[in-house]
Amino acid sequence: MRNPAAPSLAAPASAAGGARRAPRRLDPRHLPLVVTIALFLLMFGAGSVAFDGFFSLQVFLNLFVDNAFLAITAIGMTFVIVSGGIDLSVGSVIALTTMVSAALVEQHGWSPAVVIPLVLCLGAVFGFTMGVVIQYFEIQAFIVTLAGMFLARGLCYLISINSITISDPFYTHVSMLRIPFLFDTSISFNVVIALVVLAAAVYLAHYTRFGRTVYAIGGSEQSALLMGLPVPRTKVLIYTLSGFCSALAGVVFTFYMLSGYGLHAGGMEMDAISATVIGGTLLTGGSGNVVGTMFGVLIYGTIQTLIMFQGELSSWWTKIVMGLLLLLFCLLQKAFERRSARA
Amino acid sequence: MNAGAGRPAEGGVAAAAQAMRAFTRRRIFWPLATLVLLLLFNLISNPHFFSITIRDGHLYGSLVDILNRAAPLMIISMGLTLVIATHGIDVSVGAVVAISAAVAATLIGGQLVISGGMQDVSRYPLPLVILAALAVAALCGMWNGLLVSYVGMQPIIATLILMVTGRGVAQLITSGQIITIYYSPFYFVGNGWVLGLPFSFFLVGAVLAAVLVLARRTALGLFIEAVGVNPVASRFAGVRARSITFWVYALCGFCAGIAGLIVSSNVKSADGNNAGLLFELDAILAVVLGGTSLAGGRFSVVGSLVGALVIQALTTTIYAAGVPPEVTLVVKALVVFAVSILQSDRVRNRLGALVGNEEVAR
Repeated sequence: MRNPAAPSLAAPASAAGGARRAPRRLDPRHLPLVVTIALFLLMFGAGSVAFDGFFSLQVFLNLFVDNAFLAITAIGMTFVIVSGGIDLSVGSVIALTTMVSAALVEQHGWSPAVVIPLVLCLGAVFGFTMGVVIQYFEIQAFIVTLAGMFLARGLCYLISINSITISDPFYTHVSMLRIPFLFDTSISFNVVIALVVLAAAVYLAHYTRFGRTVYAIGGSEQSALLMGLPVPRTKVLIYTLSGFCSALAGVVFTFYMLSGYGLHAGGMEMDAISATVIGGTLLTGGSGNVVGTMFGVLIYGTIQTLIMFQGELSSWWTKIVMGLLLLLFCLLQKAFERRSARA
Repeated sequence: MNAGAGRPAEGGVAAAAQAMRAFTRRRIFWPLATLVLLLLFNLISNPHFFSITIRDGHLYGSLVDILNRAAPLMIISMGLTLVIATHGIDVSVGAVVAISAAVAATLIGGQLVISGGMQDVSRYPLPLVILAALAVAALCGMWNGLLVSYVGMQPIIATLILMVTGRGVAQLITSGQIITIYYSPFYFVGNGWVLGLPFSFFLVGAVLAAVLVLARRTALGLFIEAVGVNPVASRFAGVRARSITFWVYALCGFCAGIAGLIVSSNVKSADGNNAGLLFELDAILAVVLGGTSLAGGRFSVVGSLVGALVIQALTTTIYAAGVPPEVTLVVKALVVFAVSILQSDRVRNRLGALVGNEEVAR
């Protein structure tokens, strides 16, 4: 009884404060997105100044080519985080998808036409199961998905400890496929998949009941329940969606790497969370959007490219810089939270 | 507490039954029962499982082996117990193990130096090496504590950052190499023997004593539970919730540092990628098995120790049974699922309703 009353007390105060201070200023919820885009432009600009050949359309397009799988995962993650949850199993589900695909196609001779829908279903079922455990047993999401993360990795090793190379003609063909773009540049098929997912996610988030409910749950789960929204069903669906996105990212990753390996996509859960948070999604839920997440992924790609162009730093720096950026944006969010709480 | 209340007590049998019931109610009962079951299973499959022999004045046997191998995990799970009791989590312990190992190995120096028949050369004196490794590990813990308590980040995010970047930091310290340690005095930490028992055993004892004195002989344990149950209320009650949270994470980092020393001494090398790999899962599992609720609040340090032993016994059993070791990860993940489902309020209430509401009343 206490909780529903609290927002109604706080709301008029903050609304009045906002109106008094800055009636026409940018919606504070969009400020993180603006910061993200500015940061991306700044980093890309810095790279262009520092390195020859950095400022080109192909380098920009390669950000998509090399990070299509991360984009798809992070988009799924955005729904989870907007709803106030977290999914730590994404990296392992990608690894499991590559492993299952590789084992079925290479060692059992299954057709990719069967394998790809199968692994997508597998990912969705995996997410669905975690969602059910989270929702119906009321266990914190991070524990359930942490266990899911280790479970999926363990299942990988159960299939094989070693990497399985894929030489199936369909996979190699898709992997080599380059779709011509403007000015002699090209993109891979993976980019097309990622962009389709992005478009679908924008539609899902902003033009469907499901999307509205996700934001409502993130804003206040109790209010969403009191409004009569289908909270339990939606929460299970959110984790199902994230599992599906991870599996799709796994398929894309298989096209990209042409192998299945239990160590693939290690630490990807942090990259996906970072991309989401850098993209302006609040870790506390209720605010954020998938377009921002896309920019978060582009920033990740830019850091990677900068380190590649620099040539001396080890690839570990990508993770370290990404961790620091995640930290920075968390601090920023905290600062915003405090300011709006004081207003 | 209210077991048997309202029931007529009929002599010694009833009293014994009541004592038994009281014991099964204790938090420590289930982890102990699991451990005993696992050991019995081993005894059936291998009649020599419990035999302990004395060789060169050292105790040898499967039981000693389990104790010895579980030492790093036991130490980490004690630190993690306090973190979880404050309604937090630390998934960076594995990375901190790697960092502490990397610091120790780098300070000793990875060269096999043979000068005048001597090959035990360290770049820095051993006490300094150990202190530095522990200090760096404690700093990692403080970093987590700072982010969680003073900045107010969710523990899972704060420690996830260190979990992923920490391995990178360990790589940077060792410049991407696996450093082999050739300095034999350092081997003592993980492989030494004192009074016929492994030295790591005494390390576990020392940490346990320190944690128990802190948590049970002072009010700190109560404060930690208060913070875990309701941080706001505990702050209003005058508990310095923030600084307690901070120091609990620092202690957890410190424990991971000790574990890192043991691990690197055991394998005589430091590998940024693989040292302490998946320790976070094992440690969380140990704490959860030990009866500490992930929702924070009441905790049991001894329970976590038993939990860690259960995990090591499970691993040994899986090896001994000839099952491929890769299965362990799957089994552990499934056990985490099962235990946390059993711990959830919903299932407890259902079970409580089944056995006559006693669980709920408690």
